Order: sequence, then C-alpha cells, then structure tokens
Amino acid sequence: MNNKSKNIFGNGLGQLTIPIIAIAILVIFNLIRDPSFFSIELTHNNEGNSVLAGNLITIINGASELAILAMGMTLVTAACGGQDISVGAAAAIAGSAFVKILKSGDSISAGTVIIALLFACIVAMIFGAFNGTLVAVFKIQPMIATLILYTCGRSIAYWINGGATPTVTSPILDAIGKFIPGIPVPTPVIIVIIVGVIFKLVFRLTSLELFTQSVGINGNAARLNGINSTFVKLLSFIILGICVAIAGCIGVSRLGLINHETLLIDIEMDTILAVAIGGNNLGGGKFKVGGSIIGAYVIQMLTITLYAMKVSSTDVKAYKAVVIILLVVIGSPVVKEKFGKMMNKLRSRRAKVTVKGAERS
Amino acid sequence: MIKNNSLKREPLTDTQLLTTITIIIFFTMYFTAMGTLGGGFLRFQQIFDILNDNASLIIVSCGLTIVMIGGGIDISVGAVTSLVVMSCVMYLNSGGNIFVSILLALGIGLAFGLVHGFLISYLEIQPFIVTLAGMFLARGLTTIISIDPQKVQHKGFKTLLDAEIKIPWLGYTANNGNRVDATMELGVVIAIVVLIAVFILLRYLRLGRAFYAIGGNQQSALMLGINVKRTRFISYVISGALSGISGFVFMMHTGAGNATNAAGMEMNAIAASIIGGTLLTGGVGNVAGTFFGVMILTTIKKIVVSSGLNQPWWQNITMGGMLCFFIILQSVVLSRRNGKKKAV
Repeated sequence: MNNKSKNIFGNGLGQLTIPIIAIAILVIFNLIRDPSFFSIELTHNNEGNSVLAGNLITIINGASELAILAMGMTLVTAACGGQDISVGAAAAIAGSAFVKILKSGDSISAGTVIIALLFACIVAMIFGAFNGTLVAVFKIQPMIATLILYTCGRSIAYWINGGATPTVTSPILDAIGKFIPGIPVPTPVIIVIIVGVIFKLVFRLTSLELFTQSVGINGNAARLNGINSTFVKLLSFIILGICVAIAGCIGVSRLGLINHETLLIDIEMDTILAVAIGGNNLGGGKFKVGGSIIGAYVIQMLTITLYAMKVSSTDVKAYKAVVIILLVVIGSPVVKEKFGKMMNKLRSRRAKVTVKGAERS
Repeated sequence: MIKNNSLKREPLTDTQLLTTITIIIFFTMYFTAMGTLGGGFLRFQQIFDILNDNASLIIVSCGLTIVMIGGGIDISVGAVTSLVVMSCVMYLNSGGNIFVSILLALGIGLAFGLVHGFLISYLEIQPFIVTLAGMFLARGLTTIISIDPQKVQHKGFKTLLDAEIKIPWLGYTANNGNRVDATMELGVVIAIVVLIAVFILLRYLRLGRAFYAIGGNQQSALMLGINVKRTRFISYVISGALSGISGFVFMMHTGAGNATNAAGMEMNAIAASIIGGTLLTGGVGNVAGTFFGVMILTTIKKIVVSSGLNQPWWQNITMGGMLCFFIILQSVVLSRRNGKKKAV
C-alpha cells in the first residue's frame, strides 16, 4: 500500500515530492500570471559593477540566510526530534558580536573582518552548546530548552551593543553582503553553495549522517550500538550555531548595521517551515538536507510572488499560511492513505475481473 | 515491611510536586521583594495591577496548559487574541452590539480551534506546523483588517472599559493622606472564573482526566477506551475558544486594537505553563501551577524595574534566566525521582 501511494505521488522522488511539486506550482503560476517575472538582466549597480538583477535573483539571494539556517536546523531536527526556536535571537547575538569587533578598531581591514567572523562563530557555537547541553545532557525538549534563548537572546544582543544600533560601512562588508566586484552573482548565494558543499563533503567523508539518523530514530538503540548519542545531539546544535553565525553576519553585512530587534526577525518559524516543507519528519529520524534547502527557496519564492502581486509586506503572512496548510494537508499521511485507497479501489476493480477469469479456467 | 509501606503517606505525584515547587518559589520571591524593596510590593494594589495587566495571559495560558497536558502545542494563541481584538474593535466602531461582539470573539476563537483540532487530530499533521500556520494567518488577517491602531469609540463599551471593582478594605493611604481603593478590572473576574472552570475540568471531569491519559501514553489511553482523536480535537477547540475570550478581555483592558497587540504572548504563555510544572511531553501539569507561572513571570519584571535596573534589556534577560532555572530544576527533580523509582 505504502509503496503504491508512493508511486502515485512520488514517481521515485520520495521525500522531495512535496517541495518539488510546490516549486513547480509556483513556477507555473508565475508563468501564467506574468512571464516577465522570470526575466534576468545584467545591469550596473551604484559602484559600477555589472550585476545580475531580476525577481529570480532576488529570490535566490533573499533566501540565503534561510537556506543556511535550514541546513543546520535539519540536523538538529533529525538528531533531537525537536526544533531550535532561538535561531533568530542567536543570529542577533552573533551579529552584535561581529559588529562589536568591527567597531573596536579604527578602520576595518580584511584581518578584522576575519577575526570578527571567527569571534561571531565562537559566540554562536557557545550559545549552540548551551542549548545542546540542555537538550542532550538534561534531556529537555528542544523547543523548551531554546525558549530560554528565544526569550532573552535579542535582549542580550541589545546589551552587547549597549543600547545602540551601530552602523558599519566598509567595501569588504559590501563584498560579503552584496556583490564582489567583477562577479555578477550575489555573494550570499555563493556562500550558500559553499556551505552546502561543505555539508555534502562532511556527510560523504564522515558517518555523521548515519549517526544522526540512528540517534533520531531511536536514541537508546543507537547508544547500545556504541554511538554516543549525547555527543551527536550536542554536535548538531554546535553545527547549527556555526550556521547561525554565518547567517547573522550575512544579515549584518547586507544592511551595514545591526538592529537587534529586526535582524532576521521571525526567521525561526520560517526555518522550521522550510524543514517541514522539505519533507523531513519533525519528530526526528531520516532527513534530507537538500529538501530543506528547496523548502527555503519555496518560502522565499512564495513571498516574492506575493510582493509582485502587490500584497503588502504585513499581509503576506495570511496568504503564506493558506499555502502552508494546503501543502501539509496534501503531505499528511491520512490524506495520502485515503488517496491511495481510492486509487487501489479503481485498480482492484480491473484486477478482480482478471482474477475471476483465471479461476474459471 | 508491607505494613510500613501501607502506613506511609502516598508520595506526591509529579504534577503536585512541580506545582508545589512553583508556588513556594513564588511566595519566597514575593516576600523577599516585600522585605527588601518595600514600596509598591507592600500594597495589595500591586497584586491587582499584575492581575489587571495579565488577565488575558492567564486565560490563554489555561488553554495552552490543556493542550500541553494532552501532549500538543498551540502557538497561535497570541495571534488569535490579537485578531479578536482588532475585529471586535472594528465591529464596535461600525456601530455594533456588545453582545454580538462577544459572540464574534468566541466565534473567531472557536473557528481557529476547530480547524487546528481537525487538522491535527484527524489528518495527523504536526501540531507545531498547523498552529504556526494559524499564527501566520491570524497575524496576517489582523493587518488586513487594519494596519493602523484603532481606538474603541463605542459608547456602551466605554462604560464596560471603565468598569472597575473597588475593594476599599484592601486599599492604602497615599502620601497626601487620601485613601486609595484597591481596584480590579472585570477581566480579572473572567480570568478567575475561567481558571476555576479549567481546574474543575482537569481535576474532576472525565474529559479532563482523558487529557492526562492521552498525554501520558497514547497507546494505553486507546486501550482504556478513550477516543484519543476526539479528546485531542476537543483540547484544541477549548484552547481556541479561550483565545477568543482572552481577546475580549484584552480589549476590555486596552480599549484599542493594534496589529502588534499580544505580540509574543504565545511564548509567554508557554513559559508560564512550563514554570507552572506542565511538561511539553504531556501528561503532567496543573492549571494552578500555570496561574503561579504567570505571576512569577510578571512579578520578576516588576522586581527588576523597582530594583533600579533600568536598562531595557534586563527584564528579558532575567526572565530568560528564571526560565532556565525552572527548566533545569524540573529536569533534575524528575530524573532523580525516576531514578529512585527504578532503584526501588
């Protein structure tokens, strides 16, 4: 039965069915609505670089932070069977730490940027380890454990900057947040690709993927098989911490300032959504990082499509909600089963006729 | 040996233990504040102020506690509250009737609860995602109705807004010698009624015990003949309806609708439930604990302000610290008890 319903829906795509169907629907919808939505042109920006522009680029560029966070979140979800709701707050802390170092010197050189990046990574990893310890050692559900940082994270970011929203301007930051001179592709997109490749390489070269899955499916069984499940859970949170730091630094570089209240606001919900749309089970276990990345782009594409239809930025949420509900209803196991049964009935009618024929002969 | 056991008092259940810890900590905190900070904490009005400001949060937290005992989660409550406030304000300003607006508030809450319940229990979609979508929908609809803050102009509602219950014997004498009565808003009465109703439901009614059963162990609940799907469905419907009531109470407190109303309320409600001893895994929890959870959360804010930490970030940081303390405490207490049980 399960196989059949998979055949009907999946055509062998399995887990990636829903995100791919979603993206296909969005593409077709936009093609019908306005084919010029997909036009990409080479223009010159204020600094005189030739850059790519167009809705498609905006989508791919805008979803960068989301995609990076979704990769880390997939690991946490798979290993712990729960989600980290503090990524936005943690990104604000990492961004503040980043700006703090940048502001400490007189001028911003390449060296300071690298030191600041590393410092932000370390800070985010420490907070990731804090969450991870609560989850792995104290056995608290991830959502509750990360609720602590969700509550006070943005205030800690505020505290780091002493109540101000400092601005930082430097060509190096522009290169991180916008474009590197001479390369027409936005830098955040390149960073996403690099992070994705690193994830792929880590999965290839180490047994992290297998360990994470086994811990997520059954922590005790994994422990009895000699996998240190506490460490795997902790590690997943620390990896998410690195992703958070990268996303936070991109966010800061994009705007050239840190605003602890608005930096990557509400991104935790979008990230979890990306993981869910990507077909990953939010209860842990098997996972596909690729699905989450596609999920991130689905969300961003939906948002930009709505913007293009002149929906105001505050109203977008309502339409988004409707699409999410439709997607999860289609993906729900009960609906799949019902649909599969219906198809089976149609098929079995034909099958019965042949079986009866066989008995007689 | 057997005799000894039967003579021993029955040990506290997990629920009672966690609630007791919360209540003890609340009173310790409050009396310490009375002793060291004095001022407002010595007056009864302080408690009434906390209640007046948080009546809607108490109502929402009751609903959330029910859902969490059943092993689910509802993060849409704050957004639904905000939507109810906005739509009721707009309806009243267009010359509506107060009773119809109460029905409207309940209706919106129930509608969200019904849809959530159906999707979660009958279509088996993860509660987090469904209620997240509900939250987005409610927030989006709020801004679609009106993005600008709206004030209630309705005459009849204004009298409701100003209605206060004065309790003279709990008042205090101000510096200039005038006697100031302690005042309580109508919303607090509603909140207390809801609190008592939910307490009775969870303690004495069959439905309430079924919530504990499905949260504790779904399989055994099914074996006991409890309709797991329907029970879970009802828990979300109750939570939705309570969000509707909370929206009306919120409106009676502020008298205005704003797109950012009740922002972050869902997380505060979850935090209050957790501090009150409700576990997200389900099966453990108590609405009395939730009430003290709300009180702890808001008292700590008052203490931070009156102890002179004026920077805006301290409130949230102490709240986070408090939450961290409670979560770790619960985890340690429960794991020690489980360890003991195994040892016996």
